[in-house]
Amino acid sequence: MADFGGTDLEAFRKEVREWVAQNFPASLKGAGVSALTEERTEPTPAMEAWRKAVGSKGWGTPTWPKEYGGGGLSSAEARVVSGEFARAGAYNPIGGMGVMMFGPTLLEYGTEAQKQEHIPPICRGEVQWCQGFSEPGAGSDLAALSTKAVDKGDHFQIDGSKIWTSGAQYADWCFCLVRTDTSKKHEGISFVLFTMHQPGVEVRPIGLIAGSSPFCETFFTGARAEKKDLVGPLNGGWTIAKRLLQHERSGLTGAGGSLGGAGKALEDLAKDYVGVDAKGRIADSDLRTRLTTNAMNMRAFQQTAVRAMIEAKGNASPSSATSIMKNAGTELLQERHEMTLEIMGCQGLGWEGDAFSAAELAAVRGWLFGKAFTIFGGSHEVQANIVSKRILGLPDLTQSK
Amino acid sequence: MAVLTEEQSMLRDAAKSWVQEKSPVTAFRKMRDSGVEVGYDVAAWNEMAEMGWAGVVIPEEYGGSNFGYLSLGLVLEELGRTLTASPLIASGLGGASALILGGSDAQKQAWLPKIAEGSAIAALAIDEGPHHAPDKVSAEVKGGKLSGKKVFVLEGMAANVFVVSAKSGGKVELYLVPADAAGVSRTKLSLADSRGAANVEFKDVAVGDDAKLNGGAELLEKVLDRARAGLAAEMLGAATQAFEVTLDYLKTRVQFGQVIGSFQALQHRAAKMFTELELSRSAVEAALAAIDADSAEVPELASLAKAKMGDTFHLVSNEMVQMHGGIGMTDAHDAGFYLKRARAAEAAFGNQAYHRDRYARIQGY
Repeated sequence: MADFGGTDLEAFRKEVREWVAQNFPASLKGAGVSALTEERTEPTPAMEAWRKAVGSKGWGTPTWPKEYGGGGLSSAEARVVSGEFARAGAYNPIGGMGVMMFGPTLLEYGTEAQKQEHIPPICRGEVQWCQGFSEPGAGSDLAALSTKAVDKGDHFQIDGSKIWTSGAQYADWCFCLVRTDTSKKHEGISFVLFTMHQPGVEVRPIGLIAGSSPFCETFFTGARAEKKDLVGPLNGGWTIAKRLLQHERSGLTGAGGSLGGAGKALEDLAKDYVGVDAKGRIADSDLRTRLTTNAMNMRAFQQTAVRAMIEAKGNASPSSATSIMKNAGTELLQERHEMTLEIMGCQGLGWEGDAFSAAELAAVRGWLFGKAFTIFGGSHEVQANIVSKRILGLPDLTQSK
Repeated sequence: MAVLTEEQSMLRDAAKSWVQEKSPVTAFRKMRDSGVEVGYDVAAWNEMAEMGWAGVVIPEEYGGSNFGYLSLGLVLEELGRTLTASPLIASGLGGASALILGGSDAQKQAWLPKIAEGSAIAALAIDEGPHHAPDKVSAEVKGGKLSGKKVFVLEGMAANVFVVSAKSGGKVELYLVPADAAGVSRTKLSLADSRGAANVEFKDVAVGDDAKLNGGAELLEKVLDRARAGLAAEMLGAATQAFEVTLDYLKTRVQFGQVIGSFQALQHRAAKMFTELELSRSAVEAALAAIDADSAEVPELASLAKAKMGDTFHLVSNEMVQMHGGIGMTDAHDAGFYLKRARAAEAAFGNQAYHRDRYARIQGY
């Protein structure tokens, strides 16, 4: 591909490399932003310094426009940045839902004033966002949501509750779907923003099967959203929500090809725990076949991610391959979790304690948390409905738009 | 669908319109009913050859167009859609690749121009038992004479020349053996998919030094990988067509007062098939592109393409019959053709189990 070898790009690579060498604190080498399953810890001064350094360059959100605090880079340049970060053992300190979902959506649908107010703090990593979408009565059928927003002149008054609001206990702001017209379903939903630091908002963390979790229940009692923080038209929130969910899904499946994760390859783990036969093959032939099938499907998945990317650049219409990515990717990941446990045997059943290695304990929690992959961001079944209806043109019985 | 060059787009469009006009599934049915010994319509093959399809991977100095394997894959995919029977894989892909990769200039001069113009058919005579096992070779060349039995030789009745694997001095080698050489005999196989195949026996067939191809077991694997990737492309076309025909049926067949495609039990199975087809397409195109790029990953990518495509064609062909219900069981419907072709194509050049094992071996586990 042409954009990998240009001389301009090489000059830029040199610039990034030098900048990382000067700014990335050596003490943070190999550290990462806390994964979904882990508890959040207070940032150290070194972490704060790194966040501010990256934030001021806009390189945590490298392709976002410069005028809102992004890096203003081409995707080729952005790959250089992530490549140089990885090379130095550095992580991107700017993350969360503001980066993954809300920012790209607001850049598309927000007014100039809204973008000026909300995007720069995301780029600097100063403001954390949470997602007020699902409700106890509106999961897969998201448009059935009932949290109300009543027009009070200069603001909306919000009453109701949301569930699975990841990171709500740490969030500063919420992007939220609210019902502004009870006579219609999809056309009665609006997309509003409000601060979490107000009296009408209460957050309760939810314990999950994997133990502690970043998920919360969030209750609104007379909470307040300013009129200026309505995104898009009144009752026009569903369109924006669908777009945001696309960002969420592409983030969840690692459509960029990162799927597979860090750590020891499953095949090597199997050799360690299960042993090998005289020909060097994994001794359990049944396990070996299933591992191989998964590895091959994983490879085809990654090939599909690459193909979708190339087709998106080269062809006029978007690639239909993207629609299958969430189900295909999450299924394969869950299979890998299951096989990890199987490979570890009884050592893969530890809940806590010194009898188990950190990797073994993490495998158990990862397996349990991984069950969420086919539930959140549009369940496996909802995704199948979407493919059936939007791609294959089969009749819609669920009205899941 | 990969992003194509202009010449690839033209080639694909030419194949698409020829297949629609000249070679719908009814043409395959006619060929089957005729019982023709070679297992394909010779007049149709001549038309294909006239359009240059037999020489897509053959260098220009030997009468081909040298468009490459991805280009040939595009043609095979279109032919696969309507189950068009032809010796293109055996000859224009398998036999041609053996000569291109392992032939001396004299061998190339002798056969490639004829293969490119379709006047000679080459066929790979490799397997000796019911399962693909290219490393298990009993055929032997001793004192300049080849003896052995080869089975399930695709296009074996039509072949003018065989590419035969045989042991010589304990090592696997490939030999070019004209079908009319003394000591060659063949028996037509009548297979469920109605395509051409034969068992071929070689009895003290004289093979001179000019018969041996250069490259041994390594050449054999390279040739087979090209055949595997090309066959996977044909399977991709067939499976895609089988899926589209089934999808149309889901949208038109009415039961319980509604089209059956409105039932979620069928919708989700359709979505699954679509997902598998997308993944398979990626694997097939990646394997063909890797061959054109002479990548070191060709063996694993060819195994991936053949195994993944085998699983997907298996699934889609079964679902085609099941979702069509009773009509899908009748010989008058095309569903059975796809089901039969799927199993025959799966078995050729290694089934899914073979290629999963091979993939794992290449990866070192």
